[in-house]
Amino acid sequence: MKQITAIVRPEMLEPLKDALFDAGVSGATISEVQGFGQQHGWKEYYRGTEVLLNMVPKVTVMMVVADDHVDALIETICSVARTGEVGDGKIFVAPVDEAVRIRTGERGPNAL
Amino acid sequence: MYDSGSTAFMLVGTMLVLFMTPGLAFFYGGLARRKNVVNTMLMCFAVIGIVGLTWVLAGWSLAYGGDGTNPFIGGLDQLGLAGTVQGMLAEAADVPDGTAYPSIVDVTFQMAFALITCAIVTGSVAGRMRFGAIALFIGLWSLAVYAPLAHMVWGGDASFIGGVIGALDFAGGDVVHISSGLTGLALCIALGARKGFGLKTYRPHNVPFVALGAGLLWLGWFGFNGASAFAADGIAALAVLNTVVSSAAGLASWMIVERVATGKPTLVGACTGLVAGLVVVTPSAGFVEPWAAVIMGLIVSPVCYFAISHLKARFGYDDALDAFGCHGVGGILGGILTGIFCVPELSWTEAGGLIYTGDPALLVSQVLGILVTVALVLVVDLVLITVVKALFRGRLRVSEPEEALGLDVANHGESAYPAYTGLDS
Repeated sequence: MKQITAIVRPEMLEPLKDALFDAGVSGATISEVQGFGQQHGWKEYYRGTEVLLNMVPKVTVMMVVADDHVDALIETICSVARTGEVGDGKIFVAPVDEAVRIRTGERGPNAL
Repeated sequence: MYDSGSTAFMLVGTMLVLFMTPGLAFFYGGLARRKNVVNTMLMCFAVIGIVGLTWVLAGWSLAYGGDGTNPFIGGLDQLGLAGTVQGMLAEAADVPDGTAYPSIVDVTFQMAFALITCAIVTGSVAGRMRFGAIALFIGLWSLAVYAPLAHMVWGGDASFIGGVIGALDFAGGDVVHISSGLTGLALCIALGARKGFGLKTYRPHNVPFVALGAGLLWLGWFGFNGASAFAADGIAALAVLNTVVSSAAGLASWMIVERVATGKPTLVGACTGLVAGLVVVTPSAGFVEPWAAVIMGLIVSPVCYFAISHLKARFGYDDALDAFGCHGVGGILGGILTGIFCVPELSWTEAGGLIYTGDPALLVSQVLGILVTVALVLVVDLVLITVVKALFRGRLRVSEPEEALGLDVANHGESAYPAYTGLDS
């Protein structure tokens, strides 16, 4: 099992959700986050004074999937969330030791 | 009989002006940071509780009491509004035909002006002043600065600025905007800048609140300028018309300035331009032609924009919500332009605007009136700030940890959005 954490543009959440449903993903946890990457935010103006926003709003989608689904899922996320501009986000993949379905007590990939 | 049309108009106008103070609370509250919203809005609301009382106790009497022969101040004969009811009854028993409205209306109408003026001041000190200190300052200021200034400008033929100098102030350029803006400037310099000023600029925490507040101010201002005609007549209609077109022009020119300077017009900018347009036309609303009001609105936004975006950074004073940048600067500009654009037939004095008469007499009076206002306000402010600072043992500001925590919790133990934990503070 692998945990896939995709940090994407907030405006990509809706198309990404649709793509994940189509791909038959068994579940995802989504949170609003703020952070910075290499671009260090953007500028806004308040009554003519520059305001530097070094924390950029993003959306994180966290999923745990079976090992053989990882590559296809990464491809799906990249194809949906990519604009080609700086700030498209990142995907991290990490191993997961155990999964438990609380209702039944099932463990491992069957609990996903 | 009183003219019931004018009486009703003045009462409704009074209510509209009273509504401006809560409106300003939303305008300022939206501009504030999330951790200082309650404090920022409460400073405006508290003015109702403080100045509402000082006005009854002494403010009205100091501004409009006495026999009108003292050029600088009213009298002590109406302290606590003594004799108001008897005066009303006596007046009603023997009303000359054509009297516009009962003079008791003035007590509340003028109180509404005192309230909004004091509330404007609080914008400059947002984010760092101890609540007790601003509350005491505002109470004293309403008696020591506002009341005498109102008398000097609107106290009749013997009054110093309005009578002796002959400066025109239709609805409160000197009395309301220059006095509050300058006092904001004096206070923010005395307080010092907020932590991180110049290093970081914070976005307004709620832009729709700013728009709501600007809308309420816009509505209230029609009472402010319109009812300053003191009758439901053509002058009132002209004042309302000029108020609309000047604010429209101010809004438009602010958007244009932003488009040129930063690339994009903003809602906060449009609302600021709207208010600047209202401020600049206040001293002249019933004196100028609509085309002149358009010009005044078009000029004021670039001037205020420059004051807020450049002067403030250049001199380093932290006028937090730009009471000086909008009201002080816009009020001074409006006072000067009145001397240029005043239609001679509409003037309260013999003198008319420069472009009609070729005679700079009114312009000189306007500038003199502004200079006297500035001098009076700054000198008395300095005394009041010293007194309040001494009474608060030298500390006008909250402590550094309290400032970092936010004034809502530090001063009031009350969060504006207790269920919300964002990263925007």
